[in-house]
Amino acid sequence: MGTCNCKTAWDELHEVIEAYRGQESALIEVLHRAQEIMGYLPRDVQEAVAEGLNVPLNKVYGVVSFYHHFSVEPKGKYQIAVCYGTACYVKGAPAVVSALEEKLGIKAGETTEDGKFSLAAVRCLGACSLAPVMTINQKAYGMMDGDKAVEVLQQYE
Amino acid sequence: MLRTREDLQAFQGQQADLMQKEAAETRAKILVGMGTCGIAAGAQEVYDAILDELKKLNIEDVAVAQTGCIGFCAQEPLAEVILPGSKKVLYGQIDAEKAREIVVQHIEGGKPVSEWAVNGRGRFPGDVETDDEILDYDQVPFFRTQLRIALRNCGVINPESLGEYVVRDGYQSLAKVLTDMTPADVIEVIKKSGLRGRGGGGFPTGVKWEFAFNQPKGQKYIVCNADEGDPGAFMDRSILEGDPHSVVEGMAIGAYAIGADRGYIYCRAEYPIAVRRLNLAIAQAKEQGLLGENILGTGFSFDLEVRLGAGAFVCGEETALLASIEGERGEPRLRPPYPAVSGLWGKPTIINNVETFANVAPIIGRGADWFNSIGSENSKGTKVFALAGEINNIGLAEIPMGTTLREVIFDIGGGIPAGKSFKGAQTGGPSGGCIPAEYLDTPIDYDNLAKLGTIMGSGGLIIMAEDTCMVDLARFFLDFTQEESCGKCPPCRVGTTVMLDTLDKIVAGKGEEGDLETLQELGENIKAASLCGLGQTAPNPVLSTMRYFRDEYVEHVYDKKCRSGVCAALFQYYIIPDLCKRCGICAKKCPVQCISGDRNTPYVIDQDLCIKCGVCMESCPFDAIIKQ
Repeated sequence: MGTCNCKTAWDELHEVIEAYRGQESALIEVLHRAQEIMGYLPRDVQEAVAEGLNVPLNKVYGVVSFYHHFSVEPKGKYQIAVCYGTACYVKGAPAVVSALEEKLGIKAGETTEDGKFSLAAVRCLGACSLAPVMTINQKAYGMMDGDKAVEVLQQYE
Repeated sequence: MLRTREDLQAFQGQQADLMQKEAAETRAKILVGMGTCGIAAGAQEVYDAILDELKKLNIEDVAVAQTGCIGFCAQEPLAEVILPGSKKVLYGQIDAEKAREIVVQHIEGGKPVSEWAVNGRGRFPGDVETDDEILDYDQVPFFRTQLRIALRNCGVINPESLGEYVVRDGYQSLAKVLTDMTPADVIEVIKKSGLRGRGGGGFPTGVKWEFAFNQPKGQKYIVCNADEGDPGAFMDRSILEGDPHSVVEGMAIGAYAIGADRGYIYCRAEYPIAVRRLNLAIAQAKEQGLLGENILGTGFSFDLEVRLGAGAFVCGEETALLASIEGERGEPRLRPPYPAVSGLWGKPTIINNVETFANVAPIIGRGADWFNSIGSENSKGTKVFALAGEINNIGLAEIPMGTTLREVIFDIGGGIPAGKSFKGAQTGGPSGGCIPAEYLDTPIDYDNLAKLGTIMGSGGLIIMAEDTCMVDLARFFLDFTQEESCGKCPPCRVGTTVMLDTLDKIVAGKGEEGDLETLQELGENIKAASLCGLGQTAPNPVLSTMRYFRDEYVEHVYDKKCRSGVCAALFQYYIIPDLCKRCGICAKKCPVQCISGDRNTPYVIDQDLCIKCGVCMESCPFDAIIKQ
């Protein structure tokens, strides 16, 4: 599994792990921080966390795989999230997802080959008045339909 | 640092003076709603434009501040202009350009731009008849029947200011319980108030607290469930973003009542603004001695920290939530023992929802009888609903229990968007059920909703119009719960999978004799046999739509028809030959070139190639294409 070689990110990760050394119950906190720093949680990051918090590696993997928020795969440079909450669903989120899937040539949950875009259908973002909502790297775009979503995408190409 | 109750009084007075002084020195105050949906709709641009325009006009005596969610989400971005001596004006759906114009006309010129005002006369149907161009808020239908207890400060104060919270009697209830009341007194008041859990279960809060209180002295915990997972419900987020101190104060009061000295707020990681404001509120409270050791010199110590969720719906279930705080996979465990007896790290633990905690300080401050006088027989106080879906006024409505669904949807919510008609309302999200039109006049409370086969839940209220397919909607909810099932117990893990497979088959037009019976029987068994609340409620959306919209299920299974035109396998686009003017627009627009015809022959759709995108129907200038 490929891992970021930048020394600074690893240094930062080790600092976080040191701060919580031996604190088993801080596992989820540390994984949050680790994912912020590294972008995702490949095996070597999980190993470092396991060693630091004195938790078996299988438990770390168990937690990582349990929660949707944690990813063991790198995500795209631009992370597209289409809200699949009820309000967005009722107002046409499925059409937004299929238009984006067609445009990008990937399925929801995947990343384009060039690593530029990843697409996900996510749980309610709580911006129901803007339904259907899509976010790209945290910036929200409201009242989407398939055409509008594809149009927004062009700003990122 | 506030060392006594008197210090808190003095601090309140001092902050009030400061605010008055500021008001005296400024000619106006502008508040911009900066909750998540406000910011997503462009509130930051509005805020920046206001500051910039004021600077351009050399106006220095206007205070500009951010506030939390004002609740009228459909009108975001919202900005409120307060001029001393005149009515407040709430501007809705503004952008940077309009914001600049408001500064010029209203601030500089002194004349409100009434056509952009949410409380402008005639903006909404049903407001009062008056000669005034600007109405009082309680004359606007959206606000008229609302009663804001949990949301009392949302959209009013700056959520990042402890001072503004204290000026509105913040932390007075905490001071009162610490100096004048015993823990047993507090529990008695909460019991008498009739407050029930706002997270879904509706368990009496005071009774729950009493369980933990009765446990032997020693380490106890209090936990706030801020893992708002019901898709379409966002009231907890609004409280956390708009009034975080109300949750901190409610938790401190609860901690005193049960004898806990430590608390956790378990908050969704998807709510970054809420997390930031909560952490800020906790830091402010600690700095002033309202959290920490020996609070207000009373000997009571309480410390609080935020723990982040990581995207697992099941963690809204209390035992799963506790496992997650402990750093484990969020899997529920069998109850009893209940968390009140054995919770976090095996210690007595009370878990309440955000909105429940937000109600605590007002109850202590104004008394059990006051709270008790609001609401219906067994459901006291108010409930915040998040109105969303096919409804005009999307937003948060806090209403007395016992208000009818019709009032909420048609008066506060402004009804269904033009051209559509009401079909049903989903309460309780994926754990709840659907209420059809014939029950619109039911007063909303815990018991009535249960009778209709749904639940209060956390307060999501999704409105559906006739173009929502109820079978597809049930499939959507089950898809959600099936994916969110933690997999620990087979009834939920296997049962929801089989139910989902069956529904998938039905919406794909492959339903067969016996499928509906399978759904019914499995649903009932899953409810009876699952380990936790997720599984025990997962079949509800299916069972309730089968109860009220059985015709649609029957049509899907036996007639292979979807009357709402949602299930792609169960309808076709069809060009009515007599209406077709042979313009050929549909054929040009069709992305898969499956429409043929010419000037002499009416156009036809090749059904084998059609992908049912609907572009032809949208593009036909003569309405000659229908779904059937």
